Amino acid sequence: MASADSSLRWKHLHKVLTKSGPFSDEDWVPGPETITALETSKILGAGGLGCEILKNLALSGFKDIHVIDMDTIDISNLNRQFLFRQSDIGKPKAEVAAAFVEGRVKGVKITPYVGKIQDKDEDYYMQFKIVVCGLDSIEARRWINATLIGMVDPENPESLKPLIDGGTEGFKGQARVILPTLSSCIECQLDMHAPRPAVPLCTIATIPRQPQHCIEWAHQIAWQEQRKDHPFDTDDLDHIGWVYNAALERGKQFNIHGVTFQMTQGVVKNIIPAIASTNAVIAAATTSEALKIATSCNPYLDNYMMYAGEEGVYTYTFEAEKKPDCPVCGNLARNMTVDPEMTLQDYIDTLGDRPEAQLKKPSMRTEEKTLYQRFPPQLEAQTRPNLKRKLRDLVENGQEIAVSDPAYTIDFRYRLLFK
Amino acid sequence: MLKIWSMQQQAENAEGAGGKKKKKVTAAQLRVQRDLQELTLGSTMKMSFPNPDDILNFTLTIEPDEGMYKGGAFHFSFSVNQNFPHDPPKVKCTQKIYHPNIDLEGNVCLNILREDWKPVLNLNAVIVGMQFLFLEPNASDPLNKEAADDLRQNRDAFKRNVRASMAGGTVRSVHYERVMK
Repeated sequence: MASADSSLRWKHLHKVLTKSGPFSDEDWVPGPETITALETSKILGAGGLGCEILKNLALSGFKDIHVIDMDTIDISNLNRQFLFRQSDIGKPKAEVAAAFVEGRVKGVKITPYVGKIQDKDEDYYMQFKIVVCGLDSIEARRWINATLIGMVDPENPESLKPLIDGGTEGFKGQARVILPTLSSCIECQLDMHAPRPAVPLCTIATIPRQPQHCIEWAHQIAWQEQRKDHPFDTDDLDHIGWVYNAALERGKQFNIHGVTFQMTQGVVKNIIPAIASTNAVIAAATTSEALKIATSCNPYLDNYMMYAGEEGVYTYTFEAEKKPDCPVCGNLARNMTVDPEMTLQDYIDTLGDRPEAQLKKPSMRTEEKTLYQRFPPQLEAQTRPNLKRKLRDLVENGQEIAVSDPAYTIDFRYRLLFK
Repeated sequence: MLKIWSMQQQAENAEGAGGKKKKKVTAAQLRVQRDLQELTLGSTMKMSFPNPDDILNFTLTIEPDEGMYKGGAFHFSFSVNQNFPHDPPKVKCTQKIYHPNIDLEGNVCLNILREDWKPVLNLNAVIVGMQFLFLEPNASDPLNKEAADDLRQNRDAFKRNVRASMAGGTVRSVHYERVMK
C-alpha cells in the first residue's frame, strides 16, 4: 500500500530521471542509479525562502535534507510561509517546518538546526552535496560564499559544493548557481547589489519630512541619547515600542502623520515587503537547479537568472564572469615553502626576489595577527618588532597569510608550509 | 556523474593543503589592509590602534593647522565591520564638541559615511572628508542645529563660540570638552 502510494507520488519525477531527453548530457545514464543518487544526496537549505525551498526539495525527491534558520515564527509570516500555523507563533521556523514537511512527505528525513549559518564550520558543510540558500542579507551570502570557496581542495572532488543562491526584494529576484572557485562567485558579483538607499543623518536630525524619518530619528538618535546603556535589539518588542512612541512624539512635533508600530518594525529591521509569489518563483528556480545538479538529468543554470516582476514580467539569464581581482576567489591561496627559522624581515626580503611574488613593499597579516603593516606610521611602529621574530613564532605551519603591495592592484594569499 | 570537475582547473592549486585548515584572512580585513597602506595622512592626522592585530578598529586624530578649529585635537573612533566595503565604516567623535555637522553624541554628518557611500570609496576618502569638515563646517547639513544657526547668522560669533568650546567652555548652556592640543 505504502509502496504503491510512493511510486505514484514520484511517477512524474521518475519519468524524467529514467529517460534521456533532448538536452541531457550524452554521457548521462538514466535509471535507478540516478534516482538513488538523488535520494542519497544530502542537501542543505538555509534562510528566509525556507518554506518554499524545503517543500520543493522534498517534493523533488531529495530524502536527506538539512535546514538552518535562526528565526522564530512571527504572526506577520503566516500570510506566505504556509508551513506555519497560528499555534506555531514563537517557535523556531526550522523545527516547525521540518516537522511539517516530514509529516506530509513520507520517507523524507529533515534535520533542523536553529541558529546562524556562521555557527557551523567547514566540517559541517563538508557533509553536504549541494547548498541551497535563500538568505536575507548580503553579509550572510558573503560568508557562505567565502566558506565554500575556502573548502575547495583540488585533490578531493567531493570538497566542491555547488552553491545555489536565491534572493527576492519585493517583485524582483534572482537565482544563481555558483561552483566555488570554478565560476563567478558572490564576491565577484558584489557590485551588482546597490547599497540600500539611506537618508542623510542631518535630514533625520533636523528636517524630517516622512514618518520613516521620525522612526530613524528615534532609532538612531533618541535611543542613543536616552538609552545609551541598553543595546538596541530589533527583536525586543519593548524596544520597538519605545522607538515607536518616540517617533510618534516627533511626528506630532513636525506635524507628520502615519507613524505606525508596524512601520517602526519595518524601518528598524530594514524589512522589504516580501511577496509570496516572487518567493515562489525564485525558490522554484533554485530547487529545480538543485535537482538538475544532483542528477545531471538536464543542464543547469549557467549562471545567473534575474527576475523582474515589478513592470510586467521579465527574466533574463546570463553568465556572470569571474573577476580576476576578486578578493575571495580571484586570489586563492598558493602554497609557499618557507624555512620556519627565518625572520619575518628575511621572509619579506625573499618575497622581493621570488619570481612568483616580486613584492617589494608588502604589508601582511593572518586572520588574527597583523604581521607587518607599512603604513600608517603608528601601526608600522607597532608591528616593526615582528620583523625580528622568527616565522615559527608568528605563524603556524600551513597557515594562510594575505599580502598587499602598492605595486599591484590585487592582493595575494599564501599558505606557508614549513620546510 | 557530476561533470563539474572535468571543467578546466587551475593547475597551480594542484597541491593539497597541509593539515587542518586554519582561519583565513577575511575580505574585509584584506581590503582594510590595502586601504591603510594607501592612506595619505599628512601632518594634521594621526592614527592609533589600541590592538595592532585588529585593524578594523582604530582612532583617528585630526589636528587642523588652519581654519576655525586650528589648534584643536579631535578624536574619532572608526569601526569597520565584516561587511566592509559594502557597508561604510562607522565613525564617531569621542569628544563632546561644538560643530554644526557633529552632534553632542559624536555622530557625524558626512554624506559618504551614509547616503553616498559606495564600495569603490576607501578609507582615505573618508579621512579626507573628515578633515574637510573642520576646514569648512557646513551650515546646510546640520546635526547640531544651534551651532548651524550660529554659523549661518553670525560667522564671527560662531568663531568665538568655537574657540570658547575648544577651551572647555560653555556655549548656549552646553558644556564642551577641552580639546586644545
